[in-house]
Amino acid sequence: MAYPILRTRNLSKSFGETLAVDNLSLALRRGEILGLLGANGAGKTTAMQMMLGLIKPTSGSIEIFRLNFEQHRIHILSRINFSSTYANLPNNLTVWQNLRVFSRLYGVKRVREKAEEMMNLFDIEHLRNRISGQLSSGESTRLNLCKAFINDPELLLLDEPTASLDPDIADKVRTLINRLRKERNLSILYTSHNMRDIETICDRIIFLHNGSIIVEGSSDEIKRHFRQKSLEDVFIHIARDGKVVDPLSPEKL
Amino acid sequence: MNIRVILGLVQRYSLLFVRNPVRGFELVFWPAMELLVWGFLTMFIQKQTTGDFALFIRFLIGATIFWDVLFRAQMGVAISFLEDMWTRNLLNLFAAPIRLREYLAATACMGLLRVTVVVVVMSLLALGLYAFNLFDLEWSLVPFFALLMVFGFSLGMISISLILRWGQAAESLAWAVPFMIQPFSAVFYSVDTLPKVMQHVAWCLPSTYVFEGMREIVRTGAMDWNSLWIAAGINIGFLFISGAIFYWMFSNARKLGLLTKIATQ
Repeated sequence: MAYPILRTRNLSKSFGETLAVDNLSLALRRGEILGLLGANGAGKTTAMQMMLGLIKPTSGSIEIFRLNFEQHRIHILSRINFSSTYANLPNNLTVWQNLRVFSRLYGVKRVREKAEEMMNLFDIEHLRNRISGQLSSGESTRLNLCKAFINDPELLLLDEPTASLDPDIADKVRTLINRLRKERNLSILYTSHNMRDIETICDRIIFLHNGSIIVEGSSDEIKRHFRQKSLEDVFIHIARDGKVVDPLSPEKL
Repeated sequence: MNIRVILGLVQRYSLLFVRNPVRGFELVFWPAMELLVWGFLTMFIQKQTTGDFALFIRFLIGATIFWDVLFRAQMGVAISFLEDMWTRNLLNLFAAPIRLREYLAATACMGLLRVTVVVVVMSLLALGLYAFNLFDLEWSLVPFFALLMVFGFSLGMISISLILRWGQAAESLAWAVPFMIQPFSAVFYSVDTLPKVMQHVAWCLPSTYVFEGMREIVRTGAMDWNSLWIAAGINIGFLFISGAIFYWMFSNARKLGLLTKIATQ
C-alpha cells in the first residue's frame, strides 16, 4: 500500500485549559480528498493550521511526503499550498500583482506564464488589473484558488473554500477542484460547513467533535452508521448530542 | 537565504508605493514638514537673539535628518508587518516557504528604500532652504547613517515582537518605540544636558554615540572614531537581543495560536 501523503500521529493542541485538538491521527492518500467536518470549535481549522506550521502542536507529529514537518518545513511548504476564507491576499494589490508576488515566493520558474495559466484556469483573466479588495466573494475565492494552485502543489489544504459563495459559484468551484484533483492526482484536505460540498467532493470524511475524531468513513457509511438520511442530519445529531454510537474504526477504512 | 524570496517580498511591499502615489507622498511629507518647522524655528531664534547660531542650525538640521534615518528604518520593518496584518495576509505569507530571516531581510530592504528616499528629499530641502549641504560632510557621516539604520532595524524587530504578543492593541506601540529612546539618544542636544541618571541610560544606546559623533563632525570636521566603534559594538548587541526577542516571540505566537489570531482579527 502506498505511503500516505499526509499523516498525523496523536496530534494534540491545547490553549491553556482548552483542548482544541485531541490525539488526532489521520492519513491522507495520494489523489484522495479527505473532508474534515465538525461544528464551530471542533478543531478543524486548528488542525489544518498545525499542518501549515502556523500553530505549533502541543504533542504528536505531522509527516508530509514522509518527512517530519518541523524538520523540513520549507521543503514541505514549497510542495503544498492552501486556501482559506479567513486569509486574504493583499487587498491593495491587483490580481496580476498578487499572482506574480506569490509565484516568486513559491519559487515558480516561469512567473508570467504561470500567473496567466492560473487566471485562465479559474476564469479571472478579465480581472487582472482589478484591485483584489474590489473583487466579489466569488472572484476573491477564485483568486485565492489561483494562488493555491500556483506552485502545482501535491497537497492542498482548503479551509472552507466555498464559504460565502452563492450555490452556482460554489458548484463551479467544486467541479473545478474535483477536475484538477483528477488531472493532477492531487491530495486535498478539505474543511467545510457545507454538507453538499463534503458529500459531492470528498472520498472520505472525518467527523471531529471537541477536537477528536468520532467517526471516519465515506459519506454513505457515516449516514448508515448514525441512521440519518443526510450528512446534515448527522452533523446536527453530533453537534447537539455529541454521542458516539459505535465509532467506525479508522483501520477498517 | 533565498534571494528570490526576498525580492518577491520587496516587490510585494514596494508595489504599494507604485500603485498608490499618496503613499509615496506620505513617506516624504512628514520628514519635510519636520525639517521646515525646525529649520524656520531655528532661523527665527537666530534673528531674535545675538550670538553665533550658524553651528546650532547645522546641528539641528543634521539631527533632524539623522533622526529620520533611524525612524524610517524602524518603520520599514514595522509597517511591512502591519501591512500584512491589516490586509489579513499573514497566514498566506507564513504558510508559504519563507524563512524568518528572509522575511526580516525583506523588511530591512524596505527600511533601506524608505531611508534613501527620505534622505535624498530632506538633503535637497535642507540645501535649498538653509544652505545646509549634507554632502559637505563628505563620507564621514555614512558609517553613522549605517549604524542608525541597523539600530532602526533592531527597533523594528522589537515593534513586530510587541504586535505578535499583544496584537492590534500594540499597534500604537509600534509607532512609539523610537520615541521611547529619543529623549535618551540626545538627538537635538548633547548628552551632558541630561540629568545624570538619564545619561547612564543614554550611553547604553548606540544612537547616542551616533548623534554625539555627528555633532563632532559638524563642529570640527573630524571623524569621532571612538563614538563610531562603541556605537557599532552596542549595535551588534542590540541586533542580537532584538533578533532573539523576535524569534522567541514568533515561536511563542505559534505556540499560543497568536499568529493566526492577529492574522484574522
